[in-house]
Amino acid sequence: MTAQRRECDVVVIGAGPAGIAAAARAAELGARIMVIDEGIGPGGQIWRPSSRVLSSGRAAQWRSRLSQSGATVLSSTSAVDARSDEGRGWIVAAESLSGALEIVAGKLILATGARERFLPFPGWTLPNVVGIGGAQALLKSGTSFRGRRVVIAGSGPLLLPVAASMSKVGAKVVLVAEQAPFESVSRYTLGLWRRPSTLAQAALLRASFMKTRYATGTWVVAADGEDHVRNVTVTDGVKSRDMDCDVLCAAFGLIPNTELARLLGCRVERGSVIVTETQETTIAGVFCAGEPTGIGGVDLSLVEGEIAGAAAAGRAVDDGLVARRARLQSDAAALDRAFALRSEVSRLATDDTIVCRCEDVRLRDLDPSWSIRQGKLYTRAGMGPCQGRICGAALECLRGWPPDSVRPPIQPARLATFLVGAKAETTDEQGVH
Amino acid sequence: MSASRSVAIVIDGRAVTATEGVTVASALLDAGVTAFRSSTSGSVRGPVCGMGICYECRVTIDDVPHRRACLVVVASGMRVDTASGNA
Repeated sequence: MTAQRRECDVVVIGAGPAGIAAAARAAELGARIMVIDEGIGPGGQIWRPSSRVLSSGRAAQWRSRLSQSGATVLSSTSAVDARSDEGRGWIVAAESLSGALEIVAGKLILATGARERFLPFPGWTLPNVVGIGGAQALLKSGTSFRGRRVVIAGSGPLLLPVAASMSKVGAKVVLVAEQAPFESVSRYTLGLWRRPSTLAQAALLRASFMKTRYATGTWVVAADGEDHVRNVTVTDGVKSRDMDCDVLCAAFGLIPNTELARLLGCRVERGSVIVTETQETTIAGVFCAGEPTGIGGVDLSLVEGEIAGAAAAGRAVDDGLVARRARLQSDAAALDRAFALRSEVSRLATDDTIVCRCEDVRLRDLDPSWSIRQGKLYTRAGMGPCQGRICGAALECLRGWPPDSVRPPIQPARLATFLVGAKAETTDEQGVH
Repeated sequence: MSASRSVAIVIDGRAVTATEGVTVASALLDAGVTAFRSSTSGSVRGPVCGMGICYECRVTIDDVPHRRACLVVVASGMRVDTASGNA
């Protein structure tokens, strides 16, 4: 295994829309940029690079802008640690299959995106119970869902495009269940007259799976099956019904990926990284853009990325971008209100339901009087490979436990990755999986 | 879109043809594999998040254990071992 040490002006973590915009902008302004990303190429989840699906016009434009900007992009590479270089800048430890890497940079831009919020219910660990964005990711990465009976149950604007994609590839979408009540969803949809293109998009998506029922105020309560899911039960709070399915897509909106920000000591409030006008976090020299600062979608991510990129390269913030950011943030807030989670979906797990999927810890094993730290120490909940990324959000809902502090490595890493730079204090084996 | 080419891979000792460019997770699902890994208490698990967060799709690829099938693209001659192979 080879170990490398490289230097640049700004390192960008994540190559979704925010990371692409940040890196391209900063590189165009003359900064030496490196981008680390876990994907097989730049794009993130929304613009997932794929050999099967042609990328949208905008994705292709931004990718080409990035490649012409002079930024160096390291794909299939995971950031596992980040720390201050004794006040001179930042050191990011990363690894790929080919080896470990240490990047030393003056500034850091976190564009780590979001993940889905999974809330446990009986049967949620069965194979073929997947996320909603998860199903979309699998579809884009080549899975054939042709002929499969698919139930989509969760919340938010992602349900519609995923149902549409599934129908398009020949899956039979049995039901789309939105937990938010009809009144909230319709009030939000009516409010879209201010955004004609969004409304047209929503109508188009709705039309593409007209044969499917879109049930509001309806949520999943259980999944059943042996080797994989065969049946799902949904309820509207009054009546329950169950239906056969081959794939159940279930997730409840998106949550920011803030592990790296929290590791660096950036202030995080209500799950989002706090940033200034220039997208700088509470730690000087560390910027953050896109979903980690609050779920806002691709347009807001691009704007925040451009602002962060310019600021990290030492340029003044463009007033036009700032105004656009404010407009998009108010749209995001409206979306957030419309799809607020009902309390019932936080309490779907029964005593016997596995909450921590990595360590198979059941709800009954987690005493409500504990903290998340005690839960970890006594049961190993949150100590597995995902490092609490799935059960953390679930336990916040189920037990009211705020997230625990973050320690390196932020994800499973090879010990060799920590030996790069070979400082005695960085060779601590604790926490390495 | 160009006509898709295929690559030959081996899943749990069985020769399988996968479309070039797809992830290992997709190749496994299309080959009918739902049990990617076996959990600490012995229940079977498959992909959930599809984006490298949940670690439920871990399989052994070319003798390297714990690789996330959703993040790896199939390559000719690749050997993938899953929990289904241990059954």
